[in-house]
Amino acid sequence: MASRVISRGVKVSQRLLLPFSFRANVKSRVGALSQMSDLPMFPGAQSQWTEKLEFSIRENAIPTYRVTDRRGMVVDHLEEPQLKPETVKRMYYCMKLLNIMDHILYESQRQGRISFYMTNYGEEATHIGSAAALTDDDLVYGQYREAGVLVWRGFSLDEFMNQCYGNCEDGGKGRQMPIHYGSKRLNFVTISSPLATQIPQAVGAAYALKRSSDDKCVIVYFGEGAASEGDCHAAFNFAATLNCPVIFFCRNNGYAISTPSSEQYRGDGIAGRGPGYGIATVRVDGNDVFAVYNATKAARKYALENSKPVLLEAMTYRVGHHSTSDDSSAYRSVEEAQKWNETDYPISRLHNYMVSKGIWSVEEENKLTADIKKEVLSAFARAEKLPKPNWKEMFSDVYSEMPEHLMKQMKMMEEHLKKYKSEYPVDQFKILS
Amino acid sequence: MRALKCLATSSNKFLTQCYNFVFIRKSSHFKYYPDGITSDKGKSLKMNMFQAINSAMDITLNKDPSAVVFGEDVAFGGVFRCTLDLQKKYGKDRVFNTPLCEQGIVGFGIGLANVGATAIAEIQFADYILPAFDQIVNEAAKCRYRSGNQFHCGSLTIRAPCGAVGHGGLYHSQSPEAFFAHAPGLKVVVPRGAAKAKGLLASCIKDNDPCIFLEPKVLYRSAVEDVPVDEYLLPLGKADIVLEGDAVTLIGWGTQIHVLRETAEIAKKTMNVNCEVIDLVSILPWDVDTVSKSVKKTGRVVIAHEAPLTCGFGAELAATIQEECFLHLEAPVQRVTGFDTPFPCIFEPFYIPTKWRCLEAVQAVLKY
Repeated sequence: MASRVISRGVKVSQRLLLPFSFRANVKSRVGALSQMSDLPMFPGAQSQWTEKLEFSIRENAIPTYRVTDRRGMVVDHLEEPQLKPETVKRMYYCMKLLNIMDHILYESQRQGRISFYMTNYGEEATHIGSAAALTDDDLVYGQYREAGVLVWRGFSLDEFMNQCYGNCEDGGKGRQMPIHYGSKRLNFVTISSPLATQIPQAVGAAYALKRSSDDKCVIVYFGEGAASEGDCHAAFNFAATLNCPVIFFCRNNGYAISTPSSEQYRGDGIAGRGPGYGIATVRVDGNDVFAVYNATKAARKYALENSKPVLLEAMTYRVGHHSTSDDSSAYRSVEEAQKWNETDYPISRLHNYMVSKGIWSVEEENKLTADIKKEVLSAFARAEKLPKPNWKEMFSDVYSEMPEHLMKQMKMMEEHLKKYKSEYPVDQFKILS
Repeated sequence: MRALKCLATSSNKFLTQCYNFVFIRKSSHFKYYPDGITSDKGKSLKMNMFQAINSAMDITLNKDPSAVVFGEDVAFGGVFRCTLDLQKKYGKDRVFNTPLCEQGIVGFGIGLANVGATAIAEIQFADYILPAFDQIVNEAAKCRYRSGNQFHCGSLTIRAPCGAVGHGGLYHSQSPEAFFAHAPGLKVVVPRGAAKAKGLLASCIKDNDPCIFLEPKVLYRSAVEDVPVDEYLLPLGKADIVLEGDAVTLIGWGTQIHVLRETAEIAKKTMNVNCEVIDLVSILPWDVDTVSKSVKKTGRVVIAHEAPLTCGFGAELAATIQEECFLHLEAPVQRVTGFDTPFPCIFEPFYIPTKWRCLEAVQAVLKY
């Protein structure tokens, strides 16, 4: 957006110099021409000449990489990641846990016990498959529908619940809406609501990590709707020109709230844009945890070895509503979502795979479901009982140290509460000892 | 030069107009008052403001291996020469051009700072900081708060040339400090000259909160004074009394300080009153104590800034002054500012809060 119309600190005398074209005479130009190759020399692109007037448009869509089919059967055994059964079971456990936690917290919002929630239905494989392919030191920037990454890294059920309740144990001190998780310990940068802002930030972090020569990369998740934001363009371009080891992970689930992807873009999805920025790109089946795993693992290797970005577009479907403030039947049929639930659900696919390998049984399934439900409900009950943080936490962390004007405002509120205590929900908030 | 002076003093109307056209429009609306802040800070050299800023970044890059300087056209030295030779000295991975995209520059800088690197981002003109407004206000400012202090971007500093320059028109003249003053979590700082710029920029870079450092671009070459060679820090959030007085408190920042000092001189000469001139230095957080102490002494206030009147930072000052100093005020607080119009090109001499408009306000509060 910066215009360059004004003189920019250049001395007047320099600006008055005649351009080169006025200085060369015709004869010297002809001489120089005869020594040059006949390729285009424009600095802005390296290309060939053509004498045929044709507009360029990509005709074939980038293919969608898969390892298993919709029934969970491996299509090409050479592509099957050689994961230990325990690892596969852990993936499954994490996907189930996320799914059951979603059910319980969604219902609790319906009952008015938490103010807001967003489920991850249908996208569990994108979280777990990608998280499993990274090291726990790799830095994660997310959008808001990536709770599975935290599950994989060991964010406890208590931590999830404490954040949603904004109680005194919440690492975020109850300041943000539910599902805006973050964990320094787990290298998961705190979620914020403004879409796509995290994408150029992830690029900057990747640049710094490259310079401090750590063997760490950065992954940044975002939806296909967020990819329409200017910040996404900024990030793709910065990552490519500044050679940043960052994995752009786009969850293309077909909808941004009510807006179908047909109203979001006209190109070949988000993957279609990668090559335009000079970014190595792959599109994967986001309901196939192994395809996501393989692609992320290869992307991480590529990013670190080449100090370059990778774009990964995981195709999936948002089975749940956008959020608890949304009723998706207002813009799509209930049958459509149901179809995905029944015919291509990532958890069912992994379940079928495990059964076909003989590493999973009905008994194990039943026990797992029951155990998780119990764990989630008890964490839920614990979180609900805890008081909210002390109200003075409203004033801390605005700056690294509290400036005088904020101390004054805090003091004012303290005096006010002495007089009007009964008018505020002070009992629900922790008292500072 | 002598001929021009002849023109200036000529009674011939045509010649005076010629002088006005050739000289006044080419020169600036202020005379520069050098700072005498160098005495206790070791060896010093004559520097202009862009050199002083360059020196602050040079020292940072030298001492702090994580520090990087980036933005549009910074690699060859910057369009205002502030980053001159830094890439040659510190390499392409530490001083580099970014694509032309302000939201990307600030987002990228936040990410660097998130992992602890010192990020010095340049926005080519403060007028073009607005594409990054979201990243600054929603992200940088709120990063520490929203994460419960788990993450922050305290090592981010955003530098941007601001203010009137004589012919900058709508998009090379703006003073956007008031937009940012409304964003808790940010620090906003404006230097009045070379020596202040170096010490304040060093403090912004070292500070644990994201800082916006607005550099009045008209001072880059015109503000020449002794500047300490070594590193030194000047406090953020502290105002300077640059001229002591007892009759009226004049408050401003950046270039306007020099306008106010000249106003004070004229007031002294023509009315024999002593104005107290305060450089606010920090817009956010700002130094309420120094200001109210001065106002309680003088009982009269004139606030002057280049930015438009309505919701300019002068409004915040005026409201706080009336609250803190109500019983001491002898006259209504006066604000002399840019008008509530976009910043015009050819009308700039009529738009800016000149020493004459400031003087009139001083006369008004004294007469009240």
